[in-house]
Amino acid sequence: MNELVKNIIRFVVFILFQVFILNKIPPLHQFISPYLYFLFLLWLPFRIPRLSLTLTGFIFGLSLDFFTKTPGLHAAACTLMAYMRPFIINILIPKDESDFNYVAPAPSSMGWSPYIVYILILTFVHNTYLVFLEWMQFGNFGYFLGKVVATTGVSFLLISITEILFYRKQKFRTNI
Amino acid sequence: MRNVFLFVRRYFNFLFFILMQVVALYMLFSYNRFHEAIFMNVAGEITGKVSKQYNTIEYYFNLKKTNDLLVEENQRLRNLLKSDFLVPDTSTQVLLDSVRIDSLELHRRYLYYPAKVINNSVTSQTNYLTIARGTNQGLEKDMAVVSSGGVVGTIVNVSANMATVMSLLHRQSRVSASLLNSGETGSVEWDGKDPQILTFRNIPKSVKVEIGDTVVTSQYSSFPPGQPLGIVERIENPDGSNFYLLKIRPATNFFNIQFVYAVKNLQKKEQDDLEKATYKQE
Repeated sequence: MNELVKNIIRFVVFILFQVFILNKIPPLHQFISPYLYFLFLLWLPFRIPRLSLTLTGFIFGLSLDFFTKTPGLHAAACTLMAYMRPFIINILIPKDESDFNYVAPAPSSMGWSPYIVYILILTFVHNTYLVFLEWMQFGNFGYFLGKVVATTGVSFLLISITEILFYRKQKFRTNI
Repeated sequence: MRNVFLFVRRYFNFLFFILMQVVALYMLFSYNRFHEAIFMNVAGEITGKVSKQYNTIEYYFNLKKTNDLLVEENQRLRNLLKSDFLVPDTSTQVLLDSVRIDSLELHRRYLYYPAKVINNSVTSQTNYLTIARGTNQGLEKDMAVVSSGGVVGTIVNVSANMATVMSLLHRQSRVSASLLNSGETGSVEWDGKDPQILTFRNIPKSVKVEIGDTVVTSQYSSFPPGQPLGIVERIENPDGSNFYLLKIRPATNFFNIQFVYAVKNLQKKEQDDLEKATYKQE
């Protein structure tokens, strides 16, 4: 399937999954809110221009905001995450070795440990910023710390499950 | 000048990122104005339609519970029927007087509109409900919303066929409430932590409060007076304050809410105008 079509479908599916399934789960604890939707941004192809990546992050976050009625909250976090993504990838993949021979980040294209680091850093960035914005309007510092740690943990768990369930095989790109 | 252009070109990605951040944060912090202007009119109708589709499925699984709630409410209303009460004097007859009904209508203060809940959240700190009734069906901004159980929230935005309700479980919501027994008035808020616990403030320590006391909306609130808000679950007695901090369990079950009533206060405009005129005189 064409990469663009695939990503448009993913866009819709991730938003609907977050809004109608994860957001409906009764809260286990005040610190825990399950976030998975930003995996869409982590799965975007390597070669997407940085400008469109940032813009995609913004639009993607804003579409979730339309459902949760928090205009700008998720948009800000997603924009930050999308902006930071190329830097993290550049650090984790040595340029000379692979030079983006695969289409998109996946365990099969990056290797498990760089991929886990990639996921963890960006999830942490996203959740920290999101909870920080929430905390500025309300809450205390203990709440901030607890929620960042707990939410990142839960997000990581959800992402791991998703990766195992939907294993994406990455083809090696050749010039032919 | 050339350097400026070079700078912009060199850091275009970064500047674009900053711009997006500013837009997002502007939306977030000028929340109310923005929300009214753009959010509800266009996006609200679209997300509302998606939610409606989803709700048709979800509703099916809740039919039994909804039915139970309606039966319970019917039973309560039936018990209020006039025919259920014996007339003490056998010589008197109950007559339906048309003139009296008219004069009653003039003094009617609250009008109830039923509405179906098509979207609801309890998990965030700013929870909203969406109901399938809008300006075309007689709703307005700032109307109170109650359910068969008790207080639900306040309408914050209306579009043609839908309205969003700021749930009682929203950290900006505040309802004037009073104890059913003694009538002392305070305010009920939510601290954003546990959806099963609300906070009831400003009850002086001189009042006798017990666990299990009922808390209802007060005469001063925008809700019809006497709507159940919750039951006192824990009494906190902070030092250095003359007031109790009461933790109450909400009367409405926000987890399975399917039908609500939007309440129109027919005398609201008159009251607002009068109060405004009074403030002006000062």
